[in-house]
Amino acid sequence: MHNQPDSRGADPVVSIDGVWFGYDPARPVLRDIDLAIPRGAVVGIMGQSGCGKTTLLHLIMGAYVPSRGRATVLGHDTAGLDGAGLFAMRRRMGMLFQFGALFTDLSVYENVAFPMRENTALPEDVLHDLVMMKLQAVGLRGAAQLMPSELSGGMSRRVALARSIALDPELILYDEPFTGLDPISFGVIVRLIRELNDSLGATSIVVTHDVQEALDVVDYAYFMAAGQVIEKGTPDEVRASRHPFMRQFVNGLPDGPVPFHYPAADYAGELEATLP
Amino acid sequence: MMPNWVGMRLAARARLEGLGSNVTSVIWRLGFAARFLGYLVAHSGTAMRRFRLTVAEVYFAGVLSLVIILVSGLFVGMVLALQGYETLQRFGASESLGVLVALSLVRELGPVVAGLLFASRAGSAITAEIGLMKATEQISAMEMMAVDPIARVVAPRFWGGVISMPLLAALFSAMGVFGGYLIGVQLIGVDAGAFWSQMQAAVDLRNDIWNGVLKSIVFGIAVTWIAVFEGYDAPPTAEGVSRATTRTVVTSSLAILALDFILTALMFTGGNAP
Repeated sequence: MHNQPDSRGADPVVSIDGVWFGYDPARPVLRDIDLAIPRGAVVGIMGQSGCGKTTLLHLIMGAYVPSRGRATVLGHDTAGLDGAGLFAMRRRMGMLFQFGALFTDLSVYENVAFPMRENTALPEDVLHDLVMMKLQAVGLRGAAQLMPSELSGGMSRRVALARSIALDPELILYDEPFTGLDPISFGVIVRLIRELNDSLGATSIVVTHDVQEALDVVDYAYFMAAGQVIEKGTPDEVRASRHPFMRQFVNGLPDGPVPFHYPAADYAGELEATLP
Repeated sequence: MMPNWVGMRLAARARLEGLGSNVTSVIWRLGFAARFLGYLVAHSGTAMRRFRLTVAEVYFAGVLSLVIILVSGLFVGMVLALQGYETLQRFGASESLGVLVALSLVRELGPVVAGLLFASRAGSAITAEIGLMKATEQISAMEMMAVDPIARVVAPRFWGGVISMPLLAALFSAMGVFGGYLIGVQLIGVDAGAFWSQMQAAVDLRNDIWNGVLKSIVFGIAVTWIAVFEGYDAPPTAEGVSRATTRTVVTSSLAILALDFILTALMFTGGNAP
């Protein structure tokens, strides 16, 4: 059923062409974005907070449509989709939200079963086997009967990951999957992103600002700043980039193209003005 | 003098513009809420097909409200009996105490007080739950799983509330009548036969009980509609959910009182018009 990684480089799964978008049309959040995500790849979209990467993810999932340009996802122009078309497209996608977004009134088992119950008519025994298979893939088969409130942050993220792959998606989206995780959970999620992508033959887009760790797992990365893609390439190309923003961002330097100080009046002048 | 006139005119214009903006905003929000209700009713198939989702919400909104409804009903009935007896005995009509208690409850106090309690207990909980689901991205997650949250989350809660409200109002009235009996008959000593027989003779099934049930259905629709709308429309922040919950209780309470006046005018004054 799934397109295998060897088809990488054929039709892109996601193609963003000259896209502009703004919540307020006068102030665009995304400006002339171009990117193509090949089938089977794990692609990172990175940048500092507020640079527009989560908005770009929302455009890919069809929550917003571009003000200008074209977003093609799984062969569909998202602007041309009605509600039913959008849901049909999303059945082929999975998404891991920043903090998991587990349904707090449902057990781990029921959370993972949720997309299957809602979108398929599988008999209960088949559904049970599938849920256990997904939980086994993320190492939490033994936690099936726990409630979300009984899980640690890392476990919640893994359950959410199991839920996001419940329908064997062709495209998996990750919105800041590493936020707030301890090093062990961090490593587990990094490994799962790669393993699940390859074993499902899926394509993954990881939106994050954890650059060093993400560069270890992605095949290709796009860097964004102020609503634009400023650099792209393989992890090695990105690490070797001489772009000043990239050097500051990849090395975590406090000052550079992104200044340490918020714009303010001259400090010396301000101090002088307060003298008697 | 001229600059003062100009200033006053500008201030008056600004006030008018502010008023106009507020009125437009209220009308816009009402229209949005009406469209929301229309969409909700049109997408209630899931809530009806998988009725256990609705039954779970009947438990959440109805069964879990039982304690406050029953206790309040009991005390309201007891107070009614005490106050009613005090007034009726002045006119030598203390044996009509059962009629007074029953009519007050089934026509008015049952639906209204149960509605107000329902808005405070269940309405606020529904708003907070949906608002928090939104704030924690559970609603977005559902949309990403190609599941319509209005059909899956909102509609069962709406119908659960609509079903629960008349049942709660009926239980409130029944408990109130029992409270009236305890005080009137057991404590004060009104004749039990007169208490029950006069009540039976005076309370009309269609004009009194059915109209009371109708009121409670209307209140149930109003309260649950406001609760689900406020929750779904709440800004996804702690402050947003908190404000939405408060708005649910305030708006629902005012809506119940206003609707009660309109319904009472329509139901109980037609035959007495000059």
